[in-house]
Amino acid sequence: MIAELGHFALAFALVLALAQGALPLLGAQLRDARLMAAAAPLAAGQCLAIAAAFACLIWSYALNDTTVLNVVQNSHSAKPMLFKVTGSWGNHEGSMILWVLILSLCGLAVASFGRGLPSSLKARVLGVLGLIGLGFLLFILRTSNPFERVWPPAPDGQGLNPVLQDIGLAMHPPLLYLGYVGYAVTFAFAIAALIEGRVDAAWGRWVRPWSLAAWAFLTCGIALGSWWAYYELGWGGYWFWDPVENASLLPWLVGTALLHSAIVVEKREALKTWTVLLAIIAFGMSLLGTFLVRSGVLNSVHAFANDPERGLFILGLLLFYLGGAFLLFAWRAQAMAPTGLFAPVSREGAIVLNNLLVCSLSAVVLVGTLWPMFADAMFGTKVSVGPPFFNMAAFPLVVPLLLAMAAGPLMPWKRAQLWPVVQRLWWAAVIAFIALFLALLLSGQRVMPAVGFAFAAWIIGAAVADIADRIALFRTRLATSWARARGLPRAAWGAAIAHAGVGIVAAGIAGMGLAQEKLVAMSPGDSTEMAGFTWRLDSVADVTGPNFTARRATITLLRDGEVAHVMQPSRRWFPLARQNTSEVAIRTNLIYDLYAVVGDEDPTTGRAVVRLHYNLLAPWLWLGAAVMALGGALSLADRRVRVSAPSRKALPQGAATT
Amino acid sequence: MTPASRRALLFAPFALAAAGGLGFYAVLRGMRTGEYNPRGVPSALLGRRAPDFILPPLEESGVPPVTSADLANLPGPVLVNFWASWCVPCIIEHPQLMRLSREGVPVFGIAYKDRPEDSRRFLRQHGNPFARLSRDEPGRVAIDWGVYGVPETYLLDRQGIIRWRYAGPITSDTLQADLRPLLRRYAG
Repeated sequence: MIAELGHFALAFALVLALAQGALPLLGAQLRDARLMAAAAPLAAGQCLAIAAAFACLIWSYALNDTTVLNVVQNSHSAKPMLFKVTGSWGNHEGSMILWVLILSLCGLAVASFGRGLPSSLKARVLGVLGLIGLGFLLFILRTSNPFERVWPPAPDGQGLNPVLQDIGLAMHPPLLYLGYVGYAVTFAFAIAALIEGRVDAAWGRWVRPWSLAAWAFLTCGIALGSWWAYYELGWGGYWFWDPVENASLLPWLVGTALLHSAIVVEKREALKTWTVLLAIIAFGMSLLGTFLVRSGVLNSVHAFANDPERGLFILGLLLFYLGGAFLLFAWRAQAMAPTGLFAPVSREGAIVLNNLLVCSLSAVVLVGTLWPMFADAMFGTKVSVGPPFFNMAAFPLVVPLLLAMAAGPLMPWKRAQLWPVVQRLWWAAVIAFIALFLALLLSGQRVMPAVGFAFAAWIIGAAVADIADRIALFRTRLATSWARARGLPRAAWGAAIAHAGVGIVAAGIAGMGLAQEKLVAMSPGDSTEMAGFTWRLDSVADVTGPNFTARRATITLLRDGEVAHVMQPSRRWFPLARQNTSEVAIRTNLIYDLYAVVGDEDPTTGRAVVRLHYNLLAPWLWLGAAVMALGGALSLADRRVRVSAPSRKALPQGAATT
Repeated sequence: MTPASRRALLFAPFALAAAGGLGFYAVLRGMRTGEYNPRGVPSALLGRRAPDFILPPLEESGVPPVTSADLANLPGPVLVNFWASWCVPCIIEHPQLMRLSREGVPVFGIAYKDRPEDSRRFLRQHGNPFARLSRDEPGRVAIDWGVYGVPETYLLDRQGIIRWRYAGPITSDTLQADLRPLLRRYAG
């Protein structure tokens, strides 16, 4: 009964989405206020219906209703309740429901807090959001209905995959979807602007916070995914250039470009056509990611179980939304004349440079991700595009990007001169050079990591220089500087902090370039030297857990004969799921991670294979991402977002309720 | 920039997206016809004879063993299915194999890295669709075939040439969309 209610709620949401996709757009065209006013209640209704469906799904999971196929395939009565609930969106069908739920919440947020929007623009935005919801609800009901029944009921579920029973992984999809779906809103704004033939500062003012929120969530989502891979998969790495990882990186890169160009639209009414195009592409990349992950065209460790039927449907959706959007763009973008002119050397110019570099970077990632597939399907040749390609191709783009992102915020709008910028950055450059030489000295002349540290120091230094300059630090009395610091717009703080976050991540990447790794076969009592520690294997013993048995190694780390750490990595065997997992042991002090994995044991010699890592600055990778997201959040709390009453609370609200 | 070239430029994103869309469509079509398999490794054996092998039978299963000598001069196409009692997707696949066997399509089984008593229990519980059945406990023959994981199924034509390979469980959709047309094609 519960499942049928959920199914019905989905169908009801579909009808509401159809109405939301048709009536307001029609009303905006006919200038009919009543039709336009229908948008908000329809958005609310759609959101309620989808929330009801989602609740029904969670309920079925909580009860472990084995007459529901989706529950049988993905759950099990022996799972802890937390993972029963989170498991409801850990699979393809359930995650699609979460996707449309977040989309409808964004629609509701636009409807509730968009009172300051011109009514026709608001109606059109909600109409486009309705059309997007319509397509995906249709997709769910046609190909991926989570409420399908099985009869007779299965004795119990099959979903016991222990690797997926993890809170980090449970939070990963909602964060990612908040990001992806946030770009659906900027997309809707872009389409509405194309229909109206008008992009102005007010439009930019609406698009910027949405792209900012989407970007911040996506940053968190990607970082969480990378962290999960780091501690759960036990490979010691944090980014593998896996197609699915790339699929989430693409909208992030384009979204980064959008974020910056939207500022130019808001402040200077320039780059309008370009910003609209970026808004379309950012959502396009989100959809592309959905398509790649769910159609099964790519071979990846992360992909959902999938089939070409679904792929065809999503491709149809892509064609409809993106093809339609690009056609509309080609037809209407002529109308948008820029009003703000600027010199090449200016804040605008720096942002254009940022856009060009970031978009080239996305193009590299896109080609690298898709080329093996096309080469295989069309020419039947197997090519492997791996990390060496991405690292090599990205490097020449990242270097100027990092160089320029330090200077950008220090430039005035319209027309700038390079010399004053250089003057304000000279000491950041000095710090960068010191970092370079220190790193060379300490790392034994490893050039690439040292360059990485130099860039990290350069970016963080420049972010500090930016703030110091704005508050006239040391040029006036400290009290005055303090007052200025408090009066500084939060967007300025946000930008500086987010940029510093990039620097922290850069330092983390450089540090991981110096990571040490050792694979040894050890008998209990053996020890090995690495990274200034003596790693001694004390014992390997049997341990019994609630639903697993394990072999747990005890490794003692000694420094100068003193015990520094005791680590206990283990290898678990889940008999019900018939699966092995490896539990990594990690000791961190925020400067480095000590990371140990225990592998197979040789039954004849009794020696265990142990993999030991010393990961310098690994925690900074995720710390930096968190700092970036924090910068984004601070920027969202800026006065001009808060005061322009329409968007007040719109974003945090949409975020908090999901 | 002249208005005409600007217009052309504004069409560029559409053209690029359309080209990408066509490419993806080709890939999806390839997946349906079996020309493109994203799960890596196209079988090097497609269009060739099966590798030579001799395997012991699964005792007390009541059916003869399968060896490479049995895979030539056949009355019609046959399926060779690698499976195991410990493999959950094999349970999903099993009804389709039962159906094929009832329809008279010979399905030859190779129990992969499985204890004989477990294999027997599986067949007692779910039924035995196999006309011939061997066991490959060390998994050596599976390596020669290039088996990627169980279940994995190969279609051989009357001359014993491998025509199709499928890694993963044969669902009723796969059966209808892929396997039946192939069986018809190679029946003559």
